[in-house]
Amino acid sequence: MPFKRYVEIGRVALVNYGKDHGKLVVIVDVVDQNRALVDAPDMVRSQMNFKRLTLTDIKIDINKVPKKKTLIDAMEKADVKNKWENSSWGRKLIVQKRRASLDDFGRFKLMLAKIKKAGIVRQELAKLKKETSA
Amino acid sequence: MAAKRKTPVKSRNPDLIRGVGKYSRSKMYHKRGLWAIKAKHGGVFPRHDPQPKATTAAEKPPKFYPADDVKKPLLNKRKPKPTKLRANITPGTVLILLAGRFMGKRVVFLKQLPSGLLLVTGPFKINGVPLRRVNQSYVIATSTKVDISGVNVDKFDDKYFAKEVEKKKKKGEGEFFEAEKEDKKKLPEDKKEDQKAVDASLIKSIEGVPDLKAYLAARFSLKSGMKPHELAF
Repeated sequence: MPFKRYVEIGRVALVNYGKDHGKLVVIVDVVDQNRALVDAPDMVRSQMNFKRLTLTDIKIDINKVPKKKTLIDAMEKADVKNKWENSSWGRKLIVQKRRASLDDFGRFKLMLAKIKKAGIVRQELAKLKKETSA
Repeated sequence: MAAKRKTPVKSRNPDLIRGVGKYSRSKMYHKRGLWAIKAKHGGVFPRHDPQPKATTAAEKPPKFYPADDVKKPLLNKRKPKPTKLRANITPGTVLILLAGRFMGKRVVFLKQLPSGLLLVTGPFKINGVPLRRVNQSYVIATSTKVDISGVNVDKFDDKYFAKEVEKKKKKGEGEFFEAEKEDKKKLPEDKKEDQKAVDASLIKSIEGVPDLKAYLAARFSLKSGMKPHELAF
């Protein structure tokens, strides 16, 4: 199975460990076999081990180690934020975050909604079963 | 003693160095105006004879002298303050009770009593918790708030919740059997009325929020996979 997502300049990656956990960063240069120089609009450009990064499908068009302004403009042009938030991976992360921040009342309302949805699904299933058996 | 001045007088004799004043004795006599006082009273200083003492009753000698000196404990004038209320507990907050008969019940906080305990109500019609006192340590505060403006809780304090003092009965064999009969104590009618008065406006504001009534009626419990240190309340 060939690789599809490569480490290259401009590859957008998700940080999966450490202080910046959950942030999207752009690989702007490669230091050596294990480390990359990464940058994001809201953080200081710094090096990170590849083990801390998970590559995404998104790639932007930049030169090696661009200035912050150039980086931000390139990210706007490629519309990284919207692409990420509409991708299924991005949407899953957003839902996870929202569920974790629910307060007790929110969790109660979620439980009621789940029960209601399950009831509706079961009704539809029962209808379909009836139709096929009849 | 002669009458004291309202403010103590600063010395009219400034120090040149410590122990040495600027003015001599005769100069100080003049500065203090003692010549004027003498002149006012015809060349003589005014004398005040000692006032007659009020006669005190003769003290009886004590019956008992202790053999050893008994040390008196130091005077303690400390007045304990009520427990500091956590910042996230405000009137109207929904609390989760963690211990006791109503463990897990979600309850509305009314106010903090002078003893430091929290006054709390179910409301009674919704989850069976009456007006009750609860310790702050046995409570989780949620971020859900109920509108409590229509409720008047001024009349409730710690004395309201004191136990009724039973009249002492003389011990007798027949009494033991009778005492067992009177086990259940009825709640006085005025306490029931108080409960209804407090809950009336509370229930109205609770019914204004969807699902809140069912929320308060349900008990809280930890389910599989719930990590208390990661939950947001």
